Amino acid sequence: MDIILITTAVITVIGIVVGAGLVFTGKKFYVKVDEREAAVRECLPGNNCGACGFAGCDAAAAAIVAGDAPVNVCPVGGSAVAQRIGGIMGENAEAVERKVAFVRCKGTCEVTKNQGEYIGIRDCRTAVLSGMNLTDCDYGCIGLGSCVEACPQNAISVVDGVAVVNEKRCVGCGLCAKACPKNLIELVPESKQIRVQCSNKDKGPQVKKVCQAGCIGCSLCVRQCESGAITVNTNLAHINYEACTQCGKCAEKCPAKVICVPAPEEPVSENVPA
Amino acid sequence: MKDTFRGGVHPRGHKELSREMPLRAYEATGEMVFPLAQHIGKPAKAIVKKGDPVVAGQCIAEADGFVSANIICSCSGKVKAVEKRRTISGAMQECIVVENDGQYTQKDPYTEKEDIEKLSNDEIIARVKDAGIIGLGGAGFPTHVKLMPKKPLGIKYLIANGAECEPYITCNDQLMRSSADEIIEGMEIVLRLFPNADGIVAIETNKPEAIASMQAAAVGHERIHVVALRTKYPQGGERSLIKSIAGIDYPITKLPADVGCIVDNVGTLYAIGRAVLYREPLFRHVLTVTGEALVRPCNFIVRDGTSFAELIEAAGDVREGKEAVKVISGGPMMGIAVSSTEVPITKTTNAITVLPEDAVEKADSYMTACLHCGRCTTVCPSGLMPQMMADAIIAGDYERYENKLYGLDCVACGSCTYICPAKRPLTQAFKKTKAEIMARKRAAAAGGNK
Repeated sequence: MDIILITTAVITVIGIVVGAGLVFTGKKFYVKVDEREAAVRECLPGNNCGACGFAGCDAAAAAIVAGDAPVNVCPVGGSAVAQRIGGIMGENAEAVERKVAFVRCKGTCEVTKNQGEYIGIRDCRTAVLSGMNLTDCDYGCIGLGSCVEACPQNAISVVDGVAVVNEKRCVGCGLCAKACPKNLIELVPESKQIRVQCSNKDKGPQVKKVCQAGCIGCSLCVRQCESGAITVNTNLAHINYEACTQCGKCAEKCPAKVICVPAPEEPVSENVPA
Repeated sequence: MKDTFRGGVHPRGHKELSREMPLRAYEATGEMVFPLAQHIGKPAKAIVKKGDPVVAGQCIAEADGFVSANIICSCSGKVKAVEKRRTISGAMQECIVVENDGQYTQKDPYTEKEDIEKLSNDEIIARVKDAGIIGLGGAGFPTHVKLMPKKPLGIKYLIANGAECEPYITCNDQLMRSSADEIIEGMEIVLRLFPNADGIVAIETNKPEAIASMQAAAVGHERIHVVALRTKYPQGGERSLIKSIAGIDYPITKLPADVGCIVDNVGTLYAIGRAVLYREPLFRHVLTVTGEALVRPCNFIVRDGTSFAELIEAAGDVREGKEAVKVISGGPMMGIAVSSTEVPITKTTNAITVLPEDAVEKADSYMTACLHCGRCTTVCPSGLMPQMMADAIIAGDYERYENKLYGLDCVACGSCTYICPAKRPLTQAFKKTKAEIMARKRAAAAGGNK
C-alpha cells in the first residue's frame, strides 16, 4: 500500500514541476502570431504559382502582413482578393485589373515557312539551343509548347504552329512568359483587346520576306491613333494600354492586319487540351 | 603512358569515303561572308565599311578585347555590306559580306621564310594574334590566349591533336600526310615558348599513313614524339587526350594549362607555322566534304566565307536517286545540323557531312523509357552517370544535376546518346541543362553586382 502512495506522490510532484516548467517556457518563449497572416493566407488562391515574386502563397501572406508587399500583390486573385485582403489589413485596395497572357505572334504555318525540320526534344528552349531556326522569323513562336508545359491552368494550346492563350482559363501568373525563350508572351489587361500581335524588330522588307502577318513598322497606326497611345520603335508598333481607348481605328488601317482584336474565345471545355 | 582513356564508343568511321582524296584548293566564286563571331569570346569589331576595297590576307575585323580574334579576308574585291546574315548556328549574326572579284589578289606573297631564331616570344605571340588564329579543332578558342598561360615553365606537354576521332572527317589525316614538315615547324615554334614541354603528336591507329608521315618528319626533332592512340571516340577530345597521354583527370573548372598541358589541333599548329614563319594570316584551312549522299566526297583547302552550297556542289553535288536529308557542319557526333546551305563556313568548320538519311529522326521514333542498363555510364569519358543526370533533369532538380552528379563536367561528346538502346536524346538534354544553369548563374551574378 505504501508503494502505491509513494508512487502517486512522486508522480504528482513531477507533474507539478514539469507543468510549471512548461508554463514558464511557454510564456518566456512565446512567438507572437499575427492572426491577420492566417486570414490573409485564407484569401489567397493557394496554387503557389509564384507569380507575385514570393515563394508561394504562405510567403506572400507573410510579406503582406509585414508590409513588404502591397495588398494587391496577387495577380491571380485580382481585385476581389485584393479587396478582401485590404479589409483584413485595414487598407484600401486599389482596383487591379485582371491581366492575361498574350502571345505576340501570329506567324502560323500558313503565313511563315519553316526552313528546316526540327527533330529532337520537343521543348522550345532546347530547340533554340540546337541552333535550328525553326521558323524563318527569328522572333516568332516556335510552337513546341514550352509555355503549354509551364501553364498550371491548361490555358495555352499550340494551334497551327503558334501558341494561343485561352483568356478565360488564364490566371495571369506569368509562368508561360518566363518559359518562352523568345520572350513573346506578355501580360496585358484583359479589357484591352487592341494588341499588336507581332514581335519582329526587323525592317519592313525583311519582315515581308519571312512572314506575311508581321508588323512592318509603317507607322500608319500611329497617325490613326487619336489618343497618342501607339509608338513605333525598333520597327515595331507598341500600344500604351493606359492611354488606349479601344477605338479600333488602328486595327482597321493596319496593312498587315497585325493589330487585331483576338478572335472570340471558344467556350471553355473541361477537356484538357491536347 | 596509356594509349587510351576510360569509356568511349566505337562508331563506324565512314572515313573510307574521303580518306584517300588528296587535299586540293577550292577557290570560291560567289560572295564571301565573314561572321564577326567565329571564336569563343567577344565578337570582333569590323574595321571596313561598305564599298571599301579589300585583298586576301587583309584584316577586316579586329579582336575586341583579350579573348577575341582578328578576322581575315580570304578573297579580294569590295565590301558589299556589313549586315546580319544567317550563320551556321541558325541565328542572324553581324557579318561582313565581300563581293569576290575572283582575282585573289594577296596582300603579301607569303613565300619568304623568316628566321625564327631572331624572334622573341612576344613577337611570336603577336604574330599568332595578328594572324587571327583560333583553335581549329572546333571550339575556336583564340590561340594567342592559349599560348600565354600563367606559368609557361609549368607546361609539360604540348599535344598536337591529330586524333580526328569524329566519324567521316579525314582532312587532318590528309594534312598530316601532305604537310607533316609544316606541322612540326609549328610545334617547334610553340615549344620555344615552353622550354620544359615535350611535343607529342597524338594520332589514332586508324591513320597509319599519317603516323608514318609524321614520324618521318619528326626525325631529328628531339623534343617531338609521335604517339599512336587506340581508335576510339572521343579520343580527340581535349580531356580524353590529356587523360591518355599525361594520365591526368582534371575538373571542368580548370583549363589544360592548369595541369601542364597545351592541346592544339594539327591544323592550328600548321597555321601557327605559316603565320610566324611566312606571316601568312589564317584565311584558308582544310575541310572535308563528305557523306553517302554525295557523288565525290573530297578534302579541300578552302577559303573562309565560302558557302556550304558551293562546296557541296564542288563535291559533285547530291547523287542521283539520293536526297540530302541532313547537312551537318562537322561530323555526326558533335556537329550541328544546318537548316540552310546558304550559310558561310567559318574558321572552325572542319567538315560538311551530307547524309541521305536522318539517324536522329529514326531514333526518335524508336525512343522508349530508360532501361537502366547503365551503358551510358560505362561509355561516358568524363565518368558521369547520364541516366541519373537525365532523371534529375526530368525532375527539374538542377541542384542535384550540378552538385551531386557533376553534370557540368559533361563534354557533350554524344557517346551516351550513341550507345543508348532506348534511343534517348541524352546529350541534347545535358547541353540544354548546362546552358540553363550557366544562364541562371550569370543572372545571379548580374543581380549580385547591382
